[in-house]
Amino acid sequence: MSVRTRLALFGVGAAAALALVVWGLSGIPGFGHYGGSYGYVLNRVALPERHATNVVASVVFDYRGFDTVGEEFILFVSVMAVSLLLRIQRDERERPPRDRAAERTLAGTSDAVRVAGVGLIGPAVLIGLYIVAHGHTTPGGGFQGGAILAAAPMLIYLVGRYLTFRRLNPIHALDVGEGAGAGGFVVVGLIGLVAGIAFLDNIWPKGQPGSVFSAGTLPVLNVSVGLEVGAGLVLILFEFLEQTLMVRGR
Amino acid sequence: MIAAVQAVAMITVGVFGALVVVTRDPVRQAVVMGMFGTSLAVLFLVLQAPDVALSQIVVGVAYPLMVLLTLEKVRERKR
Repeated sequence: MSVRTRLALFGVGAAAALALVVWGLSGIPGFGHYGGSYGYVLNRVALPERHATNVVASVVFDYRGFDTVGEEFILFVSVMAVSLLLRIQRDERERPPRDRAAERTLAGTSDAVRVAGVGLIGPAVLIGLYIVAHGHTTPGGGFQGGAILAAAPMLIYLVGRYLTFRRLNPIHALDVGEGAGAGGFVVVGLIGLVAGIAFLDNIWPKGQPGSVFSAGTLPVLNVSVGLEVGAGLVLILFEFLEQTLMVRGR
Repeated sequence: MIAAVQAVAMITVGVFGALVVVTRDPVRQAVVMGMFGTSLAVLFLVLQAPDVALSQIVVGVAYPLMVLLTLEKVRERKR
């Protein structure tokens, strides 16, 4: 096929694609406007039915909770796969990290970074816990809060050394947290089945809307997901650091 | 006013996203990826999702770090 023919074919395809994109864009609702009806229904029924002032959380963990089990296990399986692939192979040995840029004079971690980093560890933990605990009342939840919680170990790595990070993050405890977080979601779902109703059905006491102890299963599921996401992120980072800094082929 | 801020944030995300794609050297790409992550965090903030913005900052730091660690490991194997 000559260059000319190929260009002609590409031109036809590109023109058709552009026409379709323009056609599609001309029909979308304005920014901030919503064309469906599902959202309006939920805005009306979510608060009286589930006592959750964050309607998004009641969709993610309740009305559509079964999908979220799948989403949670995507992360769980990814972390498992990383741990499995990056385990120490038969022809590899673990050695203490050494400075591989000894010939270069690099500025060490500055005092300003250390002070700011140490100062941020506490707030990261506190904000992370707050976002997990209030996922059903205000924007937030286990996924976001868990990621924020994972910032604390990363800050330890930033301000300290890898060995400090390793000592302060017991890998077995992280494994347990990861598994318990993923499993906890399913256990809450199974309680519904044992009670003779649907998987993940929210029959728990709903409490006063807007308070921390409200919305039935939602806060429990948020804590479970927060544990799983936080531990999972740290585990992935841990495996990458370990593999690059410690493990050597023979 | 808020619409203008949102528009600027979205265009910035688009520009940095395109820059990540056109950067060829993986080390530089990881750095540009970090800038892209920061622009995404700003976009989430102006779209009134501060919780997502905070978690984006964490993920936006962790992801380029993993890329850099992987590159280091690959180079060491080559040596």
